Amino acid sequence: MSFEFPLLSLVIWLPIVFGIVVFATGNDRNANLARVISLAGAILGFIVAIPLYGNFDSASGIMQFVENHAWFERFNVNYHLGIDGISMPLILLNCFITPLVIVAGWEVIKERVSQYMGAFLLMSGIVNGVFASLDAILFYVFWEASLIPMFLIIGIWGGPNRVYAAIKFFLYTLLGSLLMLIAFIYLYQTSGGSFSIADYHQLAIPLTPQILIFVAFLLAFAVKVPMWPVHTWLPDAHVEAPTGGSVVLAAILLKLGGYGFLRFSLPIAPDASHYLADMMIVLSLIAVVYIGLIALMQADMKKLIAYSSVAHMGFVTLGFFLFNAIGIEGAMVQMISHGFISGAMFLCVGVLYDRLHSRQIADYGGVVNKMPAFAAFFMLFAMANAGLPGTSGFVGEFMVIMGSMQINFWYAFLAATTLIFGAAYTLWMYKRVIFGAVASPAVEQLSDVSKREFAILAILAVSVLWMGLYPYPVTEVMHATIDQLLAHVSNSKL
Amino acid sequence: MQTLYLLVPLAPLVGALTAGLFGRYIGREWSHRVTISLVLVSLLASLVIFFDVLDGNVFNGSVYTWLVSGDTRFEVGFLIDQLSATMMVVVSFVSLMVHIYTIGYMHDDAGYQRFFSYISLFTFSMMMLVMSNNFLQLFFGWEAVGLVSYLLIGFWYTRPTAIYANMKAFLVNRVGDFGFLLGIALVLMYFGTLDYVSVFEQAPTKVDETIAVFPGIPWLLVTVICILLFIGAMGKSAQFPLHVWLPDSMEGPTPISALIHAATMVTAGIFMVARMSPLFELSETALSVILIIGGITTLFMALVAVVQNDIKRVVAYSTLSQLGYMTVALGASAYSAAIFHLMTHAFFKAVLFLGAGSVIIAMHHEQNMQKMGGLRRYMPITYGTMFIAALASAGVPGFSGFFSKDAIIEAVHYANVPGVGFAYFCVLTTVFVTALYTFRLIFMTFHGTTRMDEHTKDHLHESPWVVTLPLVILALPTIAAGWFIGPIVFGDYFNQVIHVSPQHNAIEKLGAEFTGIVGMMIHALSTAPFWLSVAGIFTAWYLYCVRTDIPEKIKLRLGFLYNLLDRKYYIDELYSWLFAGGTRTLGTALWKFGDMKIIDGFLVNGTARAVAFSATLVRRYQTGYIYHYAFTMIVGIFIILTFWLY
Repeated sequence: MSFEFPLLSLVIWLPIVFGIVVFATGNDRNANLARVISLAGAILGFIVAIPLYGNFDSASGIMQFVENHAWFERFNVNYHLGIDGISMPLILLNCFITPLVIVAGWEVIKERVSQYMGAFLLMSGIVNGVFASLDAILFYVFWEASLIPMFLIIGIWGGPNRVYAAIKFFLYTLLGSLLMLIAFIYLYQTSGGSFSIADYHQLAIPLTPQILIFVAFLLAFAVKVPMWPVHTWLPDAHVEAPTGGSVVLAAILLKLGGYGFLRFSLPIAPDASHYLADMMIVLSLIAVVYIGLIALMQADMKKLIAYSSVAHMGFVTLGFFLFNAIGIEGAMVQMISHGFISGAMFLCVGVLYDRLHSRQIADYGGVVNKMPAFAAFFMLFAMANAGLPGTSGFVGEFMVIMGSMQINFWYAFLAATTLIFGAAYTLWMYKRVIFGAVASPAVEQLSDVSKREFAILAILAVSVLWMGLYPYPVTEVMHATIDQLLAHVSNSKL
Repeated sequence: MQTLYLLVPLAPLVGALTAGLFGRYIGREWSHRVTISLVLVSLLASLVIFFDVLDGNVFNGSVYTWLVSGDTRFEVGFLIDQLSATMMVVVSFVSLMVHIYTIGYMHDDAGYQRFFSYISLFTFSMMMLVMSNNFLQLFFGWEAVGLVSYLLIGFWYTRPTAIYANMKAFLVNRVGDFGFLLGIALVLMYFGTLDYVSVFEQAPTKVDETIAVFPGIPWLLVTVICILLFIGAMGKSAQFPLHVWLPDSMEGPTPISALIHAATMVTAGIFMVARMSPLFELSETALSVILIIGGITTLFMALVAVVQNDIKRVVAYSTLSQLGYMTVALGASAYSAAIFHLMTHAFFKAVLFLGAGSVIIAMHHEQNMQKMGGLRRYMPITYGTMFIAALASAGVPGFSGFFSKDAIIEAVHYANVPGVGFAYFCVLTTVFVTALYTFRLIFMTFHGTTRMDEHTKDHLHESPWVVTLPLVILALPTIAAGWFIGPIVFGDYFNQVIHVSPQHNAIEKLGAEFTGIVGMMIHALSTAPFWLSVAGIFTAWYLYCVRTDIPEKIKLRLGFLYNLLDRKYYIDELYSWLFAGGTRTLGTALWKFGDMKIIDGFLVNGTARAVAFSATLVRRYQTGYIYHYAFTMIVGIFIILTFWLY
């Protein structure tokens, strides 16, 4: 690329700088200023990320927009950035979601506004850093740093049981990542003193250490995704988190785990990946079926959507370990689509929660009578969550099911049960919350979506439909990278 | 011409969006004006295309590339041939009639614009389904019509029964779609494409290929694919055992019962199997399964119709049974007869439903036939059109239903796949049952004594012209559509589209005997179906016009049988106990035991407790007394020295 301007650095640091400026506005007397600066920062953050797509060469699988400067020369740690067809769409998704989250918290958050908004901007920059890092230590720093804003968001602005949830979230994820650090140190040793991820990809490693490395990475990433059985932090975290926190958690943070598999596990330990593929597929399918059944029985809307997230992310890990193009691309599409849909679902619950201060399905009923526009949006997102063709939710699931059929009939069979379970838990919730006669005096008082809420939901609705009707551009940017990844993974490193 | 192809689905879509998004601003009048004129545009375009296809101009091409993954391209495209053109005309015609009818039927409803938006959206989805040239778009249309059906069954969303029925419909359909999607996945895996034409071209080369779904048991690939696809058809076309959603779908407003749950959407499964005839013809087993499932549905659903008292439910069970006829025809490789019956059924069933709707309006939304009677004096047009439709439904010679049904029965007679004897018994017996329940409906509703209360009786009157006009227009093809049986079923109309392998040549044999429609009618006079039908009508007349006390006596005498039919063989109860209850129990068990007890309770919080426990243990050693530490040090030194010295 002839593009010399440090665009990736800008995409990472601009939101962080804005976040610090927002912190500087201080206490809630300047709340409005904090809101405006945050929104400006978030929108600017999205605008500067657009050239990443515009100037991206989708024909090439190599790293683009590369920046490489020495950081700690003594340990050969570099400030090494670059993106390919896997990270670019995820960065765009992140930059796209951030302004929506800022707007979603606009009037809802009334205390410590500047800290709240600032935390989200920091989060946005840090996550971009995770996706763009090509140096293991840089990656690790961003990776761990991403825990802090979310820890605070849940711990400060969360619900009654927020401290338990925040600590559970923090410890769970930290435990996983520590093993990843050990893997990095091992790789540093064997590679003769390099922290470059690209070097690790080329490293020949015997099977046993490969399996150990794979397991170390697995714990870090599986917790993030989250895969069964390390998923139980997610429902708690979602239930306690404020709406914006849930949106970022589901739409963005879970994707870090998925991204990790593609960037580290598969290319660094390809033989171990193949060796353990059946186990990974079984764990993913358990997530789809077992979690689908659990989601059906939830009485709390947020918990239901959290469980549905786990089931949908099961498709991501399932797709990765099929080792065919349609599976991995489907998994990528599923990650991006899940970003839209789960974000939208949590926003919808947030809209209801802001009015009635309850997440219990039983407290609602007949909402459509009072909030028809909201009901229409919620219907669209519910259908997308159930994987209706024409919405983005269908594309990823369809591709992964097609891919799993090529490996084993029963994999596809179990994966396709989501057609039934996904529809069952989503529509059953929708029926009990939205349809029916007005269930209580509280519901009678509900007012339909405000212009602010309408705008957020409409933007997400358009995204969900656009990606469902015309997913071509999304997969187009990742072809070359994923082909290269598949070729790389099919070569043994023993 | 290609612009015209696009116009057919897109015009109703624009109408749906206009009425749906801006209905509030443009008002009721303009909502129906816009949607109706755009559906009319769709109908006119369909007609132009239809005649163009008659001239031999078929089309197969892509509109845009939906997705590329690996070496596979997924396209959105159209296949315009005799089959799709026929479906397009039927769909847009019935849809237009229902649109007009809706003006009258939904006149006082608050959701007027929403209703028009939905039915136009349905027309769009159905067009995408029938015009598709690949499995992916077929699946899109397939699920999209399911969505609209869901929205419309639950149209009156404050009624608990309606919102239960729509969820049930969607989920049962999803069970079918589950099989359907697996079938599509197998097609993609073995054929490398989802494009119809390429798949059909390759199909003969895959005849002997096997797949071991259960390890060690090789099954024919084509059989597995066809049965999976047919599971999809069973969901959408409500075949036993996935039929349970259709009767409940009557919770929706009557116009959509006519449009979606009788004339068009539910026939999508029939259309799909006919479209896939090059695949299904390769599997004797799949055809046999279809035949048996169709036979069961035909007979057993017709029997249920006999005991129903809700006018819409009678027609709903009749629809199930008629869909069974079409399915049987598919199993007998009489695809053209199935499509022909689909067409005639679309007309006469639309009249029956819309007529029932007209009656329901007049009766102030009373649907129980026991409270009707004698309505023919008040509603002559509704009565006349419904009577014609009843004659067609019962298969009286001359009316459309006679030709299509007779062709199916004869085709089954000539077919030779396993299970054909059972299917033949079912379709033959059902002729009697069909005539019985159809005329039971007519006699209970329109003849005999008036049984409604005085208030309703005083207000009885014929429905407005927007309601009766569609009835009259639809009554014309109800009479005459059957007369085209020669070219459509026995001629070469579908030759290029529907593939029938030489050993399944029932239709060909029939065609050899076919001497024209008059000859067919005369021949029918000496066959069993005609006399069974006459017997059915006579029985209905005797029981419901002459000796109206007999049905009560039969009910008392055969209580067990009556209950079995009245409770629809207890299938709903079984499903809700087994599937709904079972899933919920399993879900709760996994949640409370798996997630909360084992993972969170034992593993996660258990780890936390273990850490806390060991910490309290270790803490005890940090006493803070110097002499404790000094003592430990001395012991330590001794131990080290001991090791060191020896």
